[in-house]
Amino acid sequence: MSGEEFVPLSLTPLLIGIFAAIACALPGNFLLLRRQALIGDAISHVVLPGIVVAFLATGMIAAWPMMLGAAGAAVVAVILIEAIRRLGKIEPGAAMGVVFTAMFAGGVLLLEQSDTSSVHLDVEHALFGNLESLIWLDAIGWSSLWDIKALRGLPVELPRIAIALVGVSLFTIVFWRPLKLSTFDEGFAQTLGIRTNLLGLALVITAAIAAVAAFDAVGSIIVIAMFICPPAAARLMTNRLEHQIGWSVVFAIISAVLGYVLAGYGPLWLGAQNAVSAAGMIATVSGLILTLTAFFGPCRTRIGAPVEG
Amino acid sequence: MLFDALLLQLGYNATLVAIGATLLGVAAGVTGTFLFLRKRALVSDAISHATLPGICLAFIIMVSLGGDGRNLVGLLAGSAISAWIGLLCLSWLTRHTRLAEDAAIGAVLSVFFGLGIVLLTVIQTMSSGRQAGLEGFLLGSTAGMLWADAMVIAIGGAAALVLVLVLRRPMTLVAFDPEYAAARGLPVDRIDLAMMGLVMAVTVVGLKIVGLILIVALLIIPPVTARFWSERSDHVVLLAGLIGGFSGYIGAAISASAPNLPTGPIIVLVGFSIFAISLFLAPNRGVLAAVLRHFRFQRRVHLRQGLLALAQNQPIYEKLTLRLLRRAGFARADGVATDQGRARAAKALRDEKRWQVVRADRLHEAAAALYDGLRDIETVLTRDQIVDIDARIGGPAGVPT
Repeated sequence: MSGEEFVPLSLTPLLIGIFAAIACALPGNFLLLRRQALIGDAISHVVLPGIVVAFLATGMIAAWPMMLGAAGAAVVAVILIEAIRRLGKIEPGAAMGVVFTAMFAGGVLLLEQSDTSSVHLDVEHALFGNLESLIWLDAIGWSSLWDIKALRGLPVELPRIAIALVGVSLFTIVFWRPLKLSTFDEGFAQTLGIRTNLLGLALVITAAIAAVAAFDAVGSIIVIAMFICPPAAARLMTNRLEHQIGWSVVFAIISAVLGYVLAGYGPLWLGAQNAVSAAGMIATVSGLILTLTAFFGPCRTRIGAPVEG
Repeated sequence: MLFDALLLQLGYNATLVAIGATLLGVAAGVTGTFLFLRKRALVSDAISHATLPGICLAFIIMVSLGGDGRNLVGLLAGSAISAWIGLLCLSWLTRHTRLAEDAAIGAVLSVFFGLGIVLLTVIQTMSSGRQAGLEGFLLGSTAGMLWADAMVIAIGGAAALVLVLVLRRPMTLVAFDPEYAAARGLPVDRIDLAMMGLVMAVTVVGLKIVGLILIVALLIIPPVTARFWSERSDHVVLLAGLIGGFSGYIGAAISASAPNLPTGPIIVLVGFSIFAISLFLAPNRGVLAAVLRHFRFQRRVHLRQGLLALAQNQPIYEKLTLRLLRRAGFARADGVATDQGRARAAKALRDEKRWQVVRADRLHEAAAALYDGLRDIETVLTRDQIVDIDARIGGPAGVPT
């Protein structure tokens, strides 16, 4: 395919997909190992009420208030889950289920009540995202990458998710040792003077930032899939955290690229006319990768688990 | 308007929705209780999201066979099949790989839902797909509910309730102690699958009213709420059914009473309000009860310590202690003991001495284990034992025991 076609139409969605996938997969590794994988699920549900509230407060679809609203909702949800878990002595899964469903219901209700028909804000958009529409109209080919004027026309989602990715990577690198320690042995980490509960909260907030930035571009379904599937598949490949993170990034990139390509061109190869949802396809591909590793991954079984036929 | 809605006076559709939502709430509350007691509440999240590809595939198949793609029974059958496949994937992942259940839940949930979205976009490009309205299954759509739809919900819900009635004992046993249940010879895996199958049935039945994203709430919130009010599993099951049915009924009525009030979210929010009230006000497990218990405990500790201080003629500086002593009539405002206070203080000191003897004596080991600095010794030892201990102490005469 030529640059004239590829750069404007496919380059930016592809990059956004890849960045979003990696930004979610990085914190996903730690969440998975800490048995908090479903925090990603909860966050991606409560993003909707956060965005709706931000919209109602500011009266416009602007990026930063909505990102703040979504991040705020994520933090509120995490605090509520923790509060309900402790105050009511309820197991974390059920507390999570109570909070995120109620907040999501509140978001839907607010959305229905407010007059959002004039703006592009609905539940389906929140769930599926709209990766395909994030095209770069100002580009005319590879040469546009060095053209300042054309670069200004980049979809705003791209720099935003890139910044989020840099932030998430920095968090992972800076707090690498404490994160690793507190993930595997929280008690030991505490004896070393690491504030494990603060670190846990920071991790969740980082995940929330990644989720919100990714959600903005690609919808919440990719967020959940990328939080869980690449790290889970990577977990079945290796026993070392460093390698696991490496694998998860590789899997995230493969899912994003393959999913995007399959969604865009797969139906055409099969003789159909229209493309299918890229977000859904990326999630599906990540599931296929997980299936493959579940059957063939070198570290797929629990150590010491009885070998079952 | 709301009053009319509560009395089912708002027309045929609203009445159907209200009855359907009530039945659904009861079925979901009762079924969800076992899931909650088994500590697998979020499995329902995976099940409900896994219904989407089935719905879409059923639609595609029915349309390509030349039928009406919107036949509810067909769509529900499709959703049940794909939810079952999702469930099997979930249990396979947790049993045959090292992934924990939460990761498996998230994986199944997101992948099936992603696949469902892919299929949804396929349907949107089909010639008959534009008006399919399958998006209604995401959040439920009660506007066009038909008598036949209500019957499907009623029959499905009733069937789920009957199955719960039949399976309630093995399911309770497995929920509380799976190892013991296995030792008793119960097929734990199959009972778990049956439990999940019930959850799946409720999910499928509820798709029309609350949609697949929020059905999770109906399965989780009523049991969690009911758990605040009772420590007995059978009561929790009944209460969860009641709370679920009540939220369904009230939610449907509120949503019918004004425009722009979607049924599913309103039902969920009614349920959540009951949950919030229970969280704070429930006896014993509620927050308010815990706070009151804490204050009562604090008062007992302060009073006890104050009396011991009085007995030993130590000055009391702690304001709360002083106030409690004064209010009980044991001390004056300046901290000097009254006659009654002196008598009680002497008794407190004597009891402390008695406890010392008890705790030093291996014969009283069981009683000594109950010592917490607050317990009255009379509630632990018999009168004869206390006399025996007093003989060992030999203390002053003239103080009433």
